[in-house]
Amino acid sequence: MNSEYLILFFLLGVILVGGAVVFSMFVAPNSTNPAKSEPYECGIPVKSTAWIQFNVGYYLFAIIYLIFDVETVFIFPWGVVMRDLGMTAFVEILIFFFILVLGLLYAWKKGALKWV
Amino acid sequence: MNFSIYDFTSFTKWIDNALNSSMSPGWAILVELVIIGIVFIAFYAVIGLYLVLAERKVCALIQNRLGPNRVGPIGMFQTIADLIKLLMKELIEIKHADKFLFNLAPFIVIIASFMAIAALPFAKGLHAIDLNIGIFYLFAVSSLGVIGILLSGWSSNSKYSLIGAIRSGAQVVSYELSVGLALLSVVIFSGTMQLSGIVESQANGWWIIKGHIPAIISFLIFLVASTAETNRGPFDLAEAESELTAGFHTEYSGIKFAFFFLAEYMNMFIVAAIAATVFLGGWMPFHIQGWEGMNNVMDYIPPFIWFFGKTIFVILVMMWFKWTFPRLRIDQLLTLEWKYLLPINLMNIVLIAFIVLMGWYIK
Repeated sequence: MNSEYLILFFLLGVILVGGAVVFSMFVAPNSTNPAKSEPYECGIPVKSTAWIQFNVGYYLFAIIYLIFDVETVFIFPWGVVMRDLGMTAFVEILIFFFILVLGLLYAWKKGALKWV
Repeated sequence: MNFSIYDFTSFTKWIDNALNSSMSPGWAILVELVIIGIVFIAFYAVIGLYLVLAERKVCALIQNRLGPNRVGPIGMFQTIADLIKLLMKELIEIKHADKFLFNLAPFIVIIASFMAIAALPFAKGLHAIDLNIGIFYLFAVSSLGVIGILLSGWSSNSKYSLIGAIRSGAQVVSYELSVGLALLSVVIFSGTMQLSGIVESQANGWWIIKGHIPAIISFLIFLVASTAETNRGPFDLAEAESELTAGFHTEYSGIKFAFFFLAEYMNMFIVAAIAATVFLGGWMPFHIQGWEGMNNVMDYIPPFIWFFGKTIFVILVMMWFKWTFPRLRIDQLLTLEWKYLLPINLMNIVLIAFIVLMGWYIK
C-alpha cells in the first residue's frame, strides 16, 4: 500500500470514536441537573474559571524543547547517510553538537532548567 | 536461512489478485480498504482491552492479590463487560466548558495511535504501509497524542484537568527528545529509516547485541523515555490519582473516558512495538552464528509470534516499572530528562557515530 492510504487510518480513528459516541448517545440515559454539570472541585461550589495564568516554567521548557526538536529533525537525515560520507560527516556532527551543547549549557547556567 | 514459509508478501498478493480478477479495480481497492479497516479496528480493540486486563492481572500479581476473576474464566471478559458498561453511561456535558474542543480531544488521541499502528511491521510482508521514513514517521505521529491531552485538559475548564494537561505537555515534549535520539542511534547503525529495512539489517543478530554497549544505553534510555512519553507510572504526573483525581480526563464520562484509557494502553503497545522492532529485531528469530541446528528450529517459529513475544516482554517490563517505583515530582522528572538523559544521549550518539565509522560493531 502507498502512503496515501494513511488517510484510511485517520478515517478508522474517526469512525471508531464517532461511532461509539453516537451509539452511546442513543443507549445512555440522560438527566440534566445543575449540580452535575459543574466541573469537579472536591464537592465544594466552583470558584472562578480554570482558564487562568499558570507557572511560566512549563512555557520555558516548551521553548527549549522546540529548539532541540528542530535539531533532532536535522540529525535524522545525517544518520542515514553518515556511513557513506565517512569522516567528514563525523567532524561536522561534532561541530553541530558542540554548538547544541553550548546552547544547553547556557540554558542550564541561566537557570532555565531549574524548576521554581 | 529460509523465511519463505512465513513470507506474507505472497499471501497479500494472492488476496489482491483474487479480488482484482473477480471485480473491477476500483471495487477491489475499496474491498481491500474495508478488509484492512475491519482487521485493524478489531486488532486495536482486542489489544487495547486485553492490555487493560493484563495490567490489572500484573498489578494483582505484584501486590499479592488475585485481580479480576469473576467475569469469565480467570476474568477473561472483565474488560469487555467494563466497555459495555461504559457505553451505557451518561455523557455528562460540563457547564462553561469549550464544547467543541472537549468533544474533539478523544478523536485526536485515538487518531494519533491509529496512525502510528499503520506503520508497524508485524511480519515479513505483513504491514499496512511500509514508509521509507517509517521510524521518523512513528516518532512524529506518536507525539501527536499530546495535543489531544492538552485540549482535553484546557477545554474542560476544571483546575485538576488543567494542571494534569500542562504537566503532561511539559513531560511529553521533554521526553520526546530522548525517544528521538535513542531511535536515531539505530538509524545510524542500520543506515536506513525504513522499518522493514531496519528489521532486515538484524537478520544476523539484533541491534542490542550487535551494537553492544552504546546500543544497550540507547535501549535503556528509550525504555525510560517512552514510559514517560506514554504518561505511565512512575511518570504518571498527568493523571496522578492521589492528587489530581484523574488529571486531564477528570471531566470525561462514559465512552469518552474509555477512549482516553484505551489510547493510553495502545500507546504503550506502540512504544513497546517500536522498541521490539528497532532494538530487539522485530519479527526476526533469535540466531547465534554457527549454531545451525538451533537457528533452524528458531526459523520455524512464526515471525508474528516473535514480534508479539518481544512486544509483550517490553510491555511487561513497563508494567513492572509502574507497580514498583513511586511517582516522581515534576522537578525531579524534568531534571532527569534535561540534566541526565539528554546529555548522555548526545554523547552516546557521538560514540555510536565513531563506532560505526571505525566498524567496531558486530557486522
